[in-house]
Amino acid sequence: MAQMTMIQAITDALRTELKNDENVLIYGEDVGQNGGVFRATEGLQKEFGEDRVFDTPLAESGIGGMSIGLALQGYRPVPEIQFFGFVYEAMDSINGQMARLRYRSGDTLHAPITIRAPFGGGVHTPELHADSLEGLIAQQPGIKVVIPATPKEAKGLLIASIRDNDPVLFLEHMKLYRSFRDEVPEEEYTIELGKADVKREGKDVTIIAYGAMVHSALKAADELEKNDIDAEVIDLRTVSPVDMETIIASVQKTNRVVFVQEAQRQAGVASHVISEIQERAILHLEAPILRVTAPDTVYAFTQAEEVWLPDHKDIIEKVNQVINF
Amino acid sequence: MKHVLENVENQFEMFQILDENGKVVNKDDMPDLSDDDLKELMRRMVYIRILDQRSMALNRQGRLGFYAPTAGQEASQLGSHFALEKGDFLLPGYRDVPQLIWHGLPLYQAFLFSKGHYHGNQFPEGFNALSPQIIIGAQYTQAAGVAIGMKKRGKKSVAITYTGDGGTSQGDFYEAINFAGAFGAPAIFVVQNNHFAISVPVEKQTKAKTLAQKAVAAGIEGIQVDGMDVLAVYAATKHARERAINGEGPTLIETLTYRFGPHTTAGDDPTRYRTEELDNEWEKKDPLVRFRKYLEDKNLWSEEIENKVIEEAKDDIKQAIKKADTYPKQKVTELISHMFEELPANLQEQMEEYKEKESK
Repeated sequence: MAQMTMIQAITDALRTELKNDENVLIYGEDVGQNGGVFRATEGLQKEFGEDRVFDTPLAESGIGGMSIGLALQGYRPVPEIQFFGFVYEAMDSINGQMARLRYRSGDTLHAPITIRAPFGGGVHTPELHADSLEGLIAQQPGIKVVIPATPKEAKGLLIASIRDNDPVLFLEHMKLYRSFRDEVPEEEYTIELGKADVKREGKDVTIIAYGAMVHSALKAADELEKNDIDAEVIDLRTVSPVDMETIIASVQKTNRVVFVQEAQRQAGVASHVISEIQERAILHLEAPILRVTAPDTVYAFTQAEEVWLPDHKDIIEKVNQVINF
Repeated sequence: MKHVLENVENQFEMFQILDENGKVVNKDDMPDLSDDDLKELMRRMVYIRILDQRSMALNRQGRLGFYAPTAGQEASQLGSHFALEKGDFLLPGYRDVPQLIWHGLPLYQAFLFSKGHYHGNQFPEGFNALSPQIIIGAQYTQAAGVAIGMKKRGKKSVAITYTGDGGTSQGDFYEAINFAGAFGAPAIFVVQNNHFAISVPVEKQTKAKTLAQKAVAAGIEGIQVDGMDVLAVYAATKHARERAINGEGPTLIETLTYRFGPHTTAGDDPTRYRTEELDNEWEKKDPLVRFRKYLEDKNLWSEEIENKVIEEAKDDIKQAIKKADTYPKQKVTELISHMFEELPANLQEQMEEYKEKESK
């Protein structure tokens, strides 16, 4: 095993799949010679050539539409949207086109496309770089939305996404890119999409999170332990479709839930999961399900970012509320 | 500076072979087509005109759903398609069902598409086409992708796509021609300029004098063609195809045409935005009348031949609509099963729910 940052694990996954399947193509803005603005594709063009790893003109809708066309020619495209806030430009290609291709063609065509994009706050980016827009795509049936929380999972989930025959949106939290290293197996492996992971077992409360918030939830759980509160932490890993089986099993055990997301409160993943829990397990609940989220404003300007973003203290506060309900 | 500015304007002269009386005005560019080819082109145009008339009637009877009339655009649609090979990939807009039919789509499936049944879009493997696109520019960026893929695969084939004059206002239009140009991809972008995007005239759509000149911005070849002249459209597309497979890159073809009917049958009334004079002016340019005159002068066409084609079309339509009318209705459970390769848990649950609902 090697110690890798998440960005290294992602490069490793891309290299693995470029080697594995000659139909895998990696392209986007600055991913070629420059190796991507975060260096996720570093060295790949040199290793696999300009035919497999290449720069495109700067136009997200063009990148999205081109991906569908390449998929129709039997390729397995892995395009990069440079920052996820730019996805609005490609919304028709993603939600209106690739997510609907299998449905529209009555199962005769499909779009095995993995769109990668960095997202997530706390790294002081300009506007429209950090926004958590996963809820927009999660509302669209026909595309999976995957968000890894650790380097090891990033590799396994990304390889699984590239091998999936349906479109996958793979979101990479910028703050996690280089914040820590993790043991990552050097061989190839996959992690099943649509399966949540119990990151920490506990019996008093279930904290559900994804992306960078998994780490805030784990930090909160460590603090809570000092006060004899034993929190279970679930990492969704795939936010569409959601693994309700793992969640319900946990709710039946702990009877209390706090949902944590970096995105704003209204609509979105938290609202969906909480509705599902109350439909499926309301009699197992000892307290209302509380949410830790950002407020319903547009993403904060840098100077207000730290307060705007939820953190482990907000989680601890909500957990105490559901425990003491 | 004045002379520099004056030189900026590009001249896009309309390319024509037959004039309105069916007389050859451009012998040099006459395409190399056999008498049988010429008759086949006419047969297809007559067939599609009859299909259009019958589709309008069927729509009024409530036997078809969404339908975008094609009368007036036959030369543009079928002349361009006639220049293609089976291996070429077709990405049509919503009005481009005629090209799909001549690419091999059974008529009853075209009717099922119109009636809103997914089997209308279920194409057999190796049928190189997408179903008609509703978003007016999306097929353009996808065509660029198909063409880039063809180039990577080393195929000697092209991707062809269609939109209207309104479609050229979409950002996707420019992104697509720019991508295809940058990658030197074998794509043919056809703009059927029928002069109205629903009700908005092309003069309000753009300040550009031609739509063909938009090719200049992307650095690709562009040409404006008389879209009522089937031989000109064929010749321009054939030329574009040859360039594409020779590695010379994409072409933008603007065809000047006219839809005689409304935008769609969904309540559009062209008398609100078109004058009778304008309609009459364009009717004189009817591609069928013009090409019929040309063929009659060559003794290749007669009323008798045409009547035979009309009867054949009517027979085909009758059988196809019968098949479409009696085709098993689609179910929600089938839609659910077509969302992903494997059903995730949420859809498994919903499948059970709808199985029960549909069994009642």
